[in-house]
Amino acid sequence: MINTPQQTRSLQSKLGRVRGLGSTREGVHHWWAQRMSAVALLPLSLWFIYSLISLTGSDYDAFHAWAGEFGNAVFLMLFVVAMFHHAQLGLQVVIEDYVHSEVWKMGLLLFVKYGTVIFAASAVFAVLKISLAG
Amino acid sequence: MPDNTRPLSPHLQVYRPQITSILSIAHRATGVVLAFAALLLAYWLASAAYGPEAFARAQAVMESWFGRLILFGFTFSLFYHMCNGIRHLGWDMLWGFELPRLRITGVIVVVASVSLTVLSWLMAYGHVDKL
Repeated sequence: MINTPQQTRSLQSKLGRVRGLGSTREGVHHWWAQRMSAVALLPLSLWFIYSLISLTGSDYDAFHAWAGEFGNAVFLMLFVVAMFHHAQLGLQVVIEDYVHSEVWKMGLLLFVKYGTVIFAASAVFAVLKISLAG
Repeated sequence: MPDNTRPLSPHLQVYRPQITSILSIAHRATGVVLAFAALLLAYWLASAAYGPEAFARAQAVMESWFGRLILFGFTFSLFYHMCNGIRHLGWDMLWGFELPRLRITGVIVVVASVSLTVLSWLMAYGHVDKL
């Protein structure tokens, strides 16, 4: 392998370059997950807004009837999970950018991670309860 | 942090505001706003699962003028974040980095998100027929 000037200047080992994971050892995982959830949220968000428009003025029974339909329940759960996943990924970047104290940063990252998982689980269970228990 | 007085990124105040930077920070701001919208959605779904009284309480909160104002803001945030997100996906595929194109797509994002927000609310209240 011929050493180009670029390679002789780099302090990165050849193994490190082959692995391609960068200084955080996570590679592009976060970036990719953010894009994948964003692409999923495009049709799901449009469906959700259209549903809300149709549901405007509905009462408790009408909402239960709507959320009890197979497709609506599945789409609702997919929307909620994709949304909280995407929110967690986005808030993580905001925290990493603006919070410079290590203690606060770690605390907030855990708070956001646990919080989004808890709310996503609650929302999914709520949809299940509405659709299965009526 | 030890005596480190160097400016920390992102130090926005040294730059003149431009459409590119304004839209960029708006993307982040609407993203944070939408995290709160997600909490409201979780509360709304939980109230519907809990029972008619809880659901009626949630509906009353959202049907108040303040609730509607918040929901209107959430609607705009969602459409803006979605439209500008599509712009971001274009950049990820190396499309749209040229300055004129950057400006045009930025204007399109603002016009589209405002229009979609207003259209959605007009449709919701029956002033415009649904598609």
